[in-house]
Amino acid sequence: MTGPAVLERGRPVDLDDLRRRADWVRLRTIQLIDLAGLGHYSSTFSCAEILAALYYHGLRLRPDEPEWPDRDRFLLGKGHAAVGLWPILADLGYFPGDWLERFGQPGSPLNDHPNMRTAPGIDFSSGSLGHNLSVGVGMGLAARLQDRDYRTFVLTGDGELQEGQVWEAVMAASHYRLGNVVAIVDANGFSGGGPTSHAMNIEPIAARFEAFGWLTAEVDGHDVAALVDVLDELPSPRSDVPTCVVARTRKGRGVAMMERTPQAWHLGLLTPEQRDEALREIEARLVSLPPRGGGLGGEE
Amino acid sequence: MGRNSSAAMPMENVFTEQQQGRAGRPTYVGRELLRLVEERDDVVVLSADMGAVVSELRERHPRRYFELGIAETNTVSVAAGLAASGFRPYVVSMGPFGAIKCAEQLRADVAYTHLPVRFVARLSGLAMGFFGTTHHAVEDIAIARSITNLTVVAPSDERSAVALLRSTVDHPGPVFYRVSEGGTATVYVDEPAMERGRFVPVRPGTDATVIATGVGVPAALGAATVLDREGMQVAVVDAVYLKPLDEEAILRAAASTGAILTVEEHSVVGGLGGAVAEVLARARAAPRFRVHGLPDEDLDVGLPAALLERYGITPTGVADQVRELLR
Repeated sequence: MTGPAVLERGRPVDLDDLRRRADWVRLRTIQLIDLAGLGHYSSTFSCAEILAALYYHGLRLRPDEPEWPDRDRFLLGKGHAAVGLWPILADLGYFPGDWLERFGQPGSPLNDHPNMRTAPGIDFSSGSLGHNLSVGVGMGLAARLQDRDYRTFVLTGDGELQEGQVWEAVMAASHYRLGNVVAIVDANGFSGGGPTSHAMNIEPIAARFEAFGWLTAEVDGHDVAALVDVLDELPSPRSDVPTCVVARTRKGRGVAMMERTPQAWHLGLLTPEQRDEALREIEARLVSLPPRGGGLGGEE
Repeated sequence: MGRNSSAAMPMENVFTEQQQGRAGRPTYVGRELLRLVEERDDVVVLSADMGAVVSELRERHPRRYFELGIAETNTVSVAAGLAASGFRPYVVSMGPFGAIKCAEQLRADVAYTHLPVRFVARLSGLAMGFFGTTHHAVEDIAIARSITNLTVVAPSDERSAVALLRSTVDHPGPVFYRVSEGGTATVYVDEPAMERGRFVPVRPGTDATVIATGVGVPAALGAATVLDREGMQVAVVDAVYLKPLDEEAILRAAASTGAILTVEEHSVVGGLGGAVAEVLARARAAPRFRVHGLPDEDLDVGLPAALLERYGITPTGVADQVRELLR
C-alpha cells in the first residue's frame, strides 16, 4: 500500500516549461476574470512566475491529501492574486477543473480572495492585507512543536509591507528563530493607489528585513532560473533564521498594454477586443516555446 | 500607590493588591491554563505582554507558551496559524487592547476560518478604569457578538470562569471569554454546570427577572436581597452565554414575570440589553423592559469599585432600576 503521491521539493522542471506555465497562468487569469466579470489582472501577472516556480518546483505537496501534515504551506498574503492560483490548484488535482467555470459566482468555492473553508489546497484564508505573515509565524511555531520539517511560504505584495502588523510578524519570526518561514515579496512597485513608495516608502526592503534579523535574497521575479535557484538554496527548515526573498517584478507583466499602464489594470475587466488582443499576445509566446511534458490544459 | 506600594506588582494584579490586599495572588486564569496545558497536548498559550498571569505555566512548560510582546494583532493571527496546524491556542489579552484593537483579526483569521482559538479577554469592562478611558472595554460584547461563528461567554465570578473555560475546551470553533475582574464578589458556592447557549438561573422570583452578565450578576443578587425585604420577589439569571443567546430563557422570563431588567458593565449600545431586546422584539413579546448599563457618553475614570458605584452596577443601583421598572 502506498500513500498518495508526494510532489517533492526541488523536483526536476524544465525552465521553458516553467516560463510557459507562468504565461498559462496569465492566460487562464484573463479567461477566468472574463467569466466572473471582474478581477485583479496586473497584480496576478507580476507573481505568475513566482507561483509557477513554487507549485511546479519548490513546494512539497500531496494534492490527493490537501491537509497532509507534512506539506509545505503556502499563504497568499496578497489574496487578490488568487485568480492565478485557482488554475494551478485545479491542474495539480486539488479540485475538478470545472470548478473554475464558476469562479467569482455566488456560492462558488473559488473567490477573488482565497477561502480555506471552501477551496482545497488553500492553507489559510486572506483578504485583509498584513495578516498572513503572522499566520505563517504561527504555522512555523507549530512545525517546531510537532518536530516537522515543513516550510511556510508567505507571498506578500510590496504595498502590503506598509501594514504595521507585517513588521510585528517579522520581529516574531526572527525572535523565535523560525528558519522554516519564508516571506516572498512580490515587489511590483505598485499598490492600489499608485507607485508604492509614493504612498509610503518601503525601501530598501531587503535591508529592512535584514535589520530585523532575517536572511534576504533579491531576485528578478520573472527570471524562472533565478527563482528556481533561490528556492533550491533556501536554508534548511530546521535552521534558525527566516528568509525573505525580494522578487523584483513588473506589475502587469506579460501583456504590453498592462505593462504600460499597470495601475489601470489593478482591478477591472478587459473589453472583448482587449481580451482577445491580450490572449493573442500570450498565445504567441506559448507557441514559440517547444511543448514538453503534459499539456497546459491539464485541469480539464 | 496604596499600602503595598513597596512590592513589585504586575499591572494585572493592581486591583487584587488595592482592593483585597492579597499580594501576588495567583489568578485562576493562570491556574486553569496550566491545568489545560498539562492535561492536553494540543493546548498552547500566547500572550501580548500579559505573561505574568501565567508565570508558573511559562516556567514549567516553556515550549507551550509564546510571548509575542506588545503586539496584540500579531498575537491573534499567530494563534490562528497555530490553530490551523492542529493546536488549541489560548490567547491571554487585555479586554480593551486585545479585543477591541484585534476585532478585525478575530473576524478574519479566527472566526471566518472557524478555528479553535480561545480568546481570554481579561480586565474587561471597567476593571482598568483607573488608567483612563483608553483602558475601558465597554464595547467588546457588541463587537464580539456581531462576529459570525464567534462564541461569546462572560463569567460572573471565579467559579463560573473556571466552569466556562473547562466546558468549552472541545468546542470546535473560536470562543471569546469576557472576563471583567473589576468586581470581587462570589456568585457560585460550587462550580456551576454550563451548557452551550444556556443562561444559568441563580435565584428564583415572580415579580421581575434581572438578566445580568459579569459583575452585574452579584449586583443583581444583592439587589434581589434588598428588594425581598420590600416584598418583591426578583429572579436573577446569569447570562453566561452572550452568543449563542438563550432565547428560550429570555422568553420564559418575559412570560413568567412580565418584567425584565438587563444589567451589564458594558455600553447600553449593542450589549446584553440590546441582544435581549432583539429577542423580545422578534418574538413580539412586550414585557416591561429596561436596560441598565453604561451610558453612551465619555465615562469617568477611577478605581473599578468607584466606577461601578458611580454607574450603579451595585445592589443599590440595580434595586433602584427594578423599582423603576415595576413602578
